[in-house]
Amino acid sequence: MMETVWFCIWGLLWAVYFMLDGFDLGIGVLQPFLARNEKERKSVYLAMGPFWDGNEVWLVAAGGVTFAAFPVLYAVMFSSFYSALMLILFALILRAVSIELGEEVRGAVWKTVWRGCLSVSSLLPAFVFGVVFANIFRGIPIDGEGIYYGTLWTLLSPYGLVGGLLFLLLFLLHGSLWLAVKVEGPLQGRSARSASRIWPVLLVTAAAFLILSAFQTDLYTIYLKRPVLLAIPLIAAAALFMTRVWMARGAWPRAWGASCVSIFFIVMFGVAGLYPALLPSSLGATFSLTVHAAASSPMTLKIMLGVVLVFIPIIILYQGWVYRFFGGKVDEEIYAKH
Amino acid sequence: MDVVLLSRVQFAVTTYFHFLFVPLTLGLSLLIAIIETLYVKTKDKDYLAMARFWGRLFVINFVIGVVTGLPLEFQFGTNWSRYSSYVGDIFGPLLAIEATAAFFLESTFLAVWVFGWKKLSPKMHVAVMWMIAGASTLSALWILIANSWMQHPVGYVIRNGRAEISDFLGVMTQEYAVLTFFHTAGAAYVLSGFFVMGISAYHILKGRNIFIKSFRPALYFSLIFSLFVVAEGHMHGADLAEKQPAKLAALESLWKTQTYAPLYLIAIPSMDNDGNLVAFAPIPGVMSLLAHHNPAAKVTGLNDLPADELPPVAIVFYAFRVMVMLGGLFVLLTLYGWWRRNRLAQSPRFLKILVYTIPLPYLVCAAGWTVTEMGRQPWIVYGLMKTADAASPVAPHQVAFSLAAFIVLYSLIAAAALFMMIRYARRWPEDGGQEGRGR
Repeated sequence: MMETVWFCIWGLLWAVYFMLDGFDLGIGVLQPFLARNEKERKSVYLAMGPFWDGNEVWLVAAGGVTFAAFPVLYAVMFSSFYSALMLILFALILRAVSIELGEEVRGAVWKTVWRGCLSVSSLLPAFVFGVVFANIFRGIPIDGEGIYYGTLWTLLSPYGLVGGLLFLLLFLLHGSLWLAVKVEGPLQGRSARSASRIWPVLLVTAAAFLILSAFQTDLYTIYLKRPVLLAIPLIAAAALFMTRVWMARGAWPRAWGASCVSIFFIVMFGVAGLYPALLPSSLGATFSLTVHAAASSPMTLKIMLGVVLVFIPIIILYQGWVYRFFGGKVDEEIYAKH
Repeated sequence: MDVVLLSRVQFAVTTYFHFLFVPLTLGLSLLIAIIETLYVKTKDKDYLAMARFWGRLFVINFVIGVVTGLPLEFQFGTNWSRYSSYVGDIFGPLLAIEATAAFFLESTFLAVWVFGWKKLSPKMHVAVMWMIAGASTLSALWILIANSWMQHPVGYVIRNGRAEISDFLGVMTQEYAVLTFFHTAGAAYVLSGFFVMGISAYHILKGRNIFIKSFRPALYFSLIFSLFVVAEGHMHGADLAEKQPAKLAALESLWKTQTYAPLYLIAIPSMDNDGNLVAFAPIPGVMSLLAHHNPAAKVTGLNDLPADELPPVAIVFYAFRVMVMLGGLFVLLTLYGWWRRNRLAQSPRFLKILVYTIPLPYLVCAAGWTVTEMGRQPWIVYGLMKTADAASPVAPHQVAFSLAAFIVLYSLIAAAALFMMIRYARRWPEDGGQEGRGR
């Protein structure tokens, strides 16, 4: 029971991380193409400046909770995905430096260099996280000792690549929508157009991912057993659909909200399909890492449950306050730094 | 090289680099909070100019500190997976609590401070910086509780083939953690004080006397904490006598168990880890006094500890010397500064020395961590798990690649960060500057 509760919290934290950091990763990729002059670049920076750091902490929390609640999963997952996670780390580090230092440098050449760095270093985590999670859903070659028999290239199967593309497109749409919420003028027009172009490609990719999942993974087993869970992919699909409806009406905040819901439920679709495994083995079901085998002691799970039940609501409250505090269109005057 | 060694080097590189930024975040947040509070209380615009000036340096430092912290958390899984499965039941929660209870707070509210100058009242704005300072201190506390558990594991039982928690409160409140926390926080405050004094000195030398307003709080701050760290460090050292005798003996390269254990003024430990090449000018009883507060007390020498449980003595020994001697220098410099506190502008030589002193506390912090971590070897968790048994089943070339990439990436970041910091440190504060000039 406790392990199942923790399984839900585990999936939830990763889903929230992708939902939040997703938009600033998407903006990071798109910014050199969307912003055409210094003023627009400033607006793009201000649209993500107050939020990206707080969003990224959800990754630390998701990692930390994986470690605390499922130490064996933490060990096996992180060492199996060694090269992929290192790539993500390098990119995230470079990204943070690009955001902050790129904003401070003068000189057109340096600005271009940092913007290029920001684009690449935002693209990598988006894509590689998709590849990693697709491989988690599909299962990886691990034995009973949790030793991984594969390389970085093993992960880049067609299913893995579609997963990477799916995450990337989700985040690109998410980022375009956030910009459309936050900025004005021609830049907003370009962001809106970017969103409209991405949406159909995303729809096709998401459909391909769902269909491929039926052949490549065991995700659907649990949905066939408990059809009520089908609500999860249905909500994801509905949210994706509503995103387009609200985009057409120019209701950007709602479209962005729907995009949040779609990211959250697409991730949860995969996670729920794993249960009771956390990391399936492609070498045989007996080697799959299950919630029971990977979990911490009952005492640790109890302590940690107390911790997340107290702190996660508090975090949601104050981060929500920050989103409201910096709500509305960005304004260079009011956001004056220093 | 094997995976264990490569992973150790990688963890060392990433931790040393991360810790170039952590202490300044801890101390400068507090100093900015103090300076900005002085502005709110006195309405003196110079303090506002100072808060903004230091804030700019703080933000660059903070952001790099945050992102270079990520690899540390991840490496426990990627590189030390056997460690993580074996002790994750205790170690995992400590990291997770740090993230949820503290790290979220500082990262979220930094943006409010940076972008909120016009949206918040001055009182609210300074309150945000106090919150950031508090949260980063809390962050450090949890991380150091985790590190202390590796140094002196308590509150666990071996069950189901791993270490499981039995007394969480005991882990949180053990003496080792308390001592480590105060030592590290104190050192971070000294570093930040010297950072602010050094850069302020540069400007005062140029006749920008407004910087006396940041120099003075930083001076008092560093004076208090230089003295504090020395006294506290002594308690921390004495605590090792009971908890980590091998580390204690390595600090002074003491090989023979003896009463009235001496402190050698000059000693050179052999690189083969089997004795001293040179040891003379002993002052009898000093080491016994330091370790047990009694010159007659018996101190265990390295010869009486199992040979395969000794740390690399020479490294620990030299790192300890760097830490202690420079720590002493900081006390002298701050005491002199206290004496000259009302004649700072007339003490150009002292100010110049302070500019060049900026890197030294960084060196001391690195030396301190070398003592702590090297002194714990060959254990990853003292007495419970050896470092050699803790690494992940990954291929050596994977770690070699990531290590090389870290070195390249961090060199570039170091260059960029240093360039930016120096540029901002030299720049005249934009507002409040004019009236301060030449006063």
